[in-house]
Amino acid sequence: MGNSDRRSRTVKVGYLARVEGEGGLYVKVQGGEVVDVRLDIFEPPRFFEAFLRGRDFREAPDITARICGICPVAYQMSAVHALERALGVNVDGQLRNLRRLLYCGEWIESHALHVTLLHAPDFLGYADGIQMAREHRDAVERGLQLKKAGNEIMTLIGGREVHPINVRVGGFYRVPTRDELRPLEERLKVARDTALEMVRWTAAFTFPELETDYEFVALRHPNEYPFNDGRIVSSKGLNVTAAEFEEYFEEQHVAHSNALHAILKGHGAYLVGPLARYNLNFDRLSPLAQEAARSTGLGATCLNPFRSVIVRAVEILYACDEALRLIAAYEAPDFPAVELSPRAAAGAACTEAPRGMLYHGYRIAADGSILSAKIVPPTSQNQKTMEADLRAFVQSHIDLPKREMRLSCEQVVRNHDPCISCATHFLRLDLDRSEA
Amino acid sequence: MNTNVKGRSAAKRPKLAVWKFASCDGCQLSLLDCEDELLNIAKRVNIAYFLEASRAVVHGPYDLSLVEGSVTTPDDAERIRAVRRVSKFLVTIGACATAGGIQALRNFKDVKEFTSLVYARPEYIHTLEKSTPISAHVPVDFELRGCPINKRQLLEVLGAFLHRRKPQVPAYSVCLECKRRGTVCVMVARGTPCLGPVTQAGCGAICPAYTRGCYGCFGPMETPNTASLSDGWRRLGASEEALYRAYSSFHAFTQVSGTAREGHGK
Repeated sequence: MGNSDRRSRTVKVGYLARVEGEGGLYVKVQGGEVVDVRLDIFEPPRFFEAFLRGRDFREAPDITARICGICPVAYQMSAVHALERALGVNVDGQLRNLRRLLYCGEWIESHALHVTLLHAPDFLGYADGIQMAREHRDAVERGLQLKKAGNEIMTLIGGREVHPINVRVGGFYRVPTRDELRPLEERLKVARDTALEMVRWTAAFTFPELETDYEFVALRHPNEYPFNDGRIVSSKGLNVTAAEFEEYFEEQHVAHSNALHAILKGHGAYLVGPLARYNLNFDRLSPLAQEAARSTGLGATCLNPFRSVIVRAVEILYACDEALRLIAAYEAPDFPAVELSPRAAAGAACTEAPRGMLYHGYRIAADGSILSAKIVPPTSQNQKTMEADLRAFVQSHIDLPKREMRLSCEQVVRNHDPCISCATHFLRLDLDRSEA
Repeated sequence: MNTNVKGRSAAKRPKLAVWKFASCDGCQLSLLDCEDELLNIAKRVNIAYFLEASRAVVHGPYDLSLVEGSVTTPDDAERIRAVRRVSKFLVTIGACATAGGIQALRNFKDVKEFTSLVYARPEYIHTLEKSTPISAHVPVDFELRGCPINKRQLLEVLGAFLHRRKPQVPAYSVCLECKRRGTVCVMVARGTPCLGPVTQAGCGAICPAYTRGCYGCFGPMETPNTASLSDGWRRLGASEEALYRAYSSFHAFTQVSGTAREGHGK
């Protein structure tokens, strides 16, 4: 392809691989200028908010978990916190710590999957993690072992890896004894060392240049790296509660796009996820995680989305560290859950899914039936920013050969670990299949 | 995939494809959750089409297709026929592909009303009236139950198809798994309503082991007696609404669930 051809062309990926769910991308360049960018979503809608209406509030954690098999704990956590707020109940102490421990498990398994099997092959030039294993067997096995350690937390606390059964509004069905957590401790000590190796491994990748000016949005807690709670803050001054989410954020219809785009009113596109959490909460990471990040040359601020692969590895390290801290301080609570009685009320909560902040808002009737539900997953919130990244990347690398351009565009999207299955029940579908 | 160091060459290994329809991705994730077995599986089978895990695509026909998800759009109704044409064996994995899934709750409502509740511009949504299982569209060779599937059962199914034998997947109830696990019956000992007596085994009876009643992830067992179980629930104080909801979840769009819902007021 001649240089002039490269300045007027389209980049199309019909079906993005190594992401969760069904989507594609489309970039059009004319005369050296990017004129159109789209992230196409053809994942079919599943109408969760609609069929939640009329269900009992106690069913919400199990039903909404089914939105995503990769991050079911995030859905369960946002659901229970929103509903507990509606009922005026505060779940604290060891029950809160157990929820945090379960969330550590999900972060570890989800991030290890993404870093090793979905993202690293882009940096090292393989079609997938299995092909990569032929020449990087140790790295792939390390990633799988970390993933397994995360899944072991999920299985012990939650009952199983995908769609855990032990979470309920008010707490758990059964809480583990101290002795039951002990084997996990040994396992996590090894995992923490493995995570440290993973941080160093990812830091040695070659990173394409991409300058961004994101507005990062994440939870911020007075003394914790955020999982279950905190205020919603941004790198450009936002500081609100989850109850105010719908006042400050809205979903916009964009005529040329297939998707509803979440924006921060008066600000525009924003980014949630590991990069946002890291940049807004570096000081809340454990000393070990901070030191590991610094030793790789990653400062307290990271603006290159390609480097999010290192940030995920740092978050795995943190989650192992935090899980060990929680286990060391664990004493089985007297009751697995606090008592609840339904009342007519509304409640909202955000928690930090591996891919970023996840909002749930519910209104319930006096008999406990759900009147309305609103769910805003991280991938919906990041869509506008993923398109902006594509635009910026293609514009600043306009002369890349076709194959490299296509691969790099895929990588730009995979940088944000999109979960299209999550996003879909929220997206407008208007797909022209001829372009897919 | 052209060659493999220790396994048979790709040309000789059976070709495996994994397809996704309307779903949460959790069942295909179960394959990646086989952390200890994944690299060995890749030696035994040629993972020829698995977009969640790889951008490399080997063209069909495929020896075994695993299908996740239900059919909910006109395009997908076409696509599943194309998948069947290129698949020697087709196995559905999970409640969506096998029974229509949780999204089949729309089947009992007006889908237009549902669309307008979730989407501000319902005219852009191309969706079918119903979420249907794969077997409503094409012949299926085996249906693996579960929301999500159990990864041990998935490995059993893969092994069975590799060795051309019948998968050993029991159709009896969760109660047998509780007995084997040594779990005290939550209905008898705690008065907790449980769907275990009418639900197919396969999960390992996890919920009762966590002092929770089974909520039916694996769908109806062979010849379930739901009328008797409903009476048992009523004796424990369950309302008709609670019974109706219990039979309206991941396998709501099955005949057994439909029959069970009758007589609970709706």
